[in-house]
Amino acid sequence: MVVIAFLSTAFIEVARSVPMITVLFVASIMFPFFVPEGVEVDKLLRTIIAVSLFAGAYMAEVIRGGLQAVEPGQYEASAAMGHGYWQSMRFIILPQALRISIPAIVNLFIGFFKDTTLVLVIGLFDLLNMVLSATSDPKWLGFEVEGYVFAAAVYFIFCFSMGHYSRRLEAKQKQR
Amino acid sequence: MQTQNTAQSNDVLLEARNLNKFYGPFHALEDVSMELKKGDIKVICGPSGSGKSTLIRCMNFLEIPEQGDVIFKGEKVEDSAKSLRALRSQMCMVFQSFNLYPHLTILENCTLAPIWVNKTPRKEAEEQAMHHLERVKIANQANKYPSQLSGGQQQRVAIARGLTMNPEVILFDEPTSALDPEMIKEVLDVMISLGNSGQSMVCVTHEMGFAREVADSVTFMADGQIIETGNPDEFFTNPKTDRAKDFLSHVL
Ligand SMILES: Nc1ncnc2c1ncn2[C@@H]1O[C@H](COP(=O)(O)OP(=O)(O)OP(=O)(O)O)[C@@H](O)[C@H]1O
Ligand SMILES: [Mg+2]
Repeated sequence: MVVIAFLSTAFIEVARSVPMITVLFVASIMFPFFVPEGVEVDKLLRTIIAVSLFAGAYMAEVIRGGLQAVEPGQYEASAAMGHGYWQSMRFIILPQALRISIPAIVNLFIGFFKDTTLVLVIGLFDLLNMVLSATSDPKWLGFEVEGYVFAAAVYFIFCFSMGHYSRRLEAKQKQR
Repeated sequence: MQTQNTAQSNDVLLEARNLNKFYGPFHALEDVSMELKKGDIKVICGPSGSGKSTLIRCMNFLEIPEQGDVIFKGEKVEDSAKSLRALRSQMCMVFQSFNLYPHLTILENCTLAPIWVNKTPRKEAEEQAMHHLERVKIANQANKYPSQLSGGQQQRVAIARGLTMNPEVILFDEPTSALDPEMIKEVLDVMISLGNSGQSMVCVTHEMGFAREVADSVTFMADGQIIETGNPDEFFTNPKTDRAKDFLSHVL
């Protein structure tokens, strides 16, 4: 248990103290130096794994905050009713902690959704970068604005609906 | 001699033996011993910070005493998951701040432990929960959420939630201190009716009326020690120690 806790803390602290660009560079450029000759991992896969771990570290911090925000009385009541650690986490603590964390989780999602554009620096193309490269295509001549407006609309719709959904969840929770 | 001993320990339900509890250098409980017989109602009172909550929380090991033993039904309580499960499934606690689960309905609050700790089938657990909710006169609110109820109603639900485990002992830690005056009575009435039905209880409370009506003994604590214990009439009309006299003159 202690070992797991230490490793998790170390991982989270490291991940949170480096910028996402560094993580992307490590995954795309440094990673191949560390694996034996002949082992190939697809670049997109590597990037996805790296970004997931990176996001996971942030998510862990957000959920830790939620766990700490659950009233101590809830831990005590569940213990006093005879629930063990796993039961009280599953039925009493986590449902409340996750609800408390909803705004922060959605914030993270929106942030990471927009940050995906950074994958450009390692030569991967996301939506915005595709539009960017399309504008240099002669067939697209004169449609640059439409391209950018479309990209903006996609980003806006995603972020707006995530934010909206989060507010709805919060409102629903307040009714209780 | 031998038989007499066992007979004695048989009707002592819960016993604290020389408990010592420290918070850092602070000695919160100093050599505290007490026992509760089956069917007894014990009231603990004393000034703020005297260690009443600490004592009652040591009884179900929410706080773990550094020295001394808690003995429940003749068995020493150990700080192990198994021992604690055995203890806590037969003992429940009612808190000053209710501590209902806010994300579950009243009925769900009262069925969670029976279903998952005692493995009672859901339907049976719900029937029993409704029965206990009726006992505290709140069955008609079973599908509401805790925040939709008044403080007094929430505290009665908390009592019902405890009752669903059919506890041998109920521990109350100032159950009425967070309530408005007009709600105190409805909670005390429930506690009195429980007491009259033979339920063993340990109550930290300053409700002297309650103590006089149902308590078998009153224990007065100060500075982490038990100063005196006596039957309620004696304690309230004629306390033996100056500390108790002083305390009562402030409370009554
Ligand atoms: N977790 C803790 N850490 C440090 N000190 C504590 C802790 N819990 C209690 N204490 C101290 O132990 C002493 C006894 O506390 P306790 O809560 O048992 O008092 P009490 O008699 O229940 O008082 P009250 O009537 O205010 O509830 C107090 O002086 C308190 O400051
Ligand atoms: Mg207290």
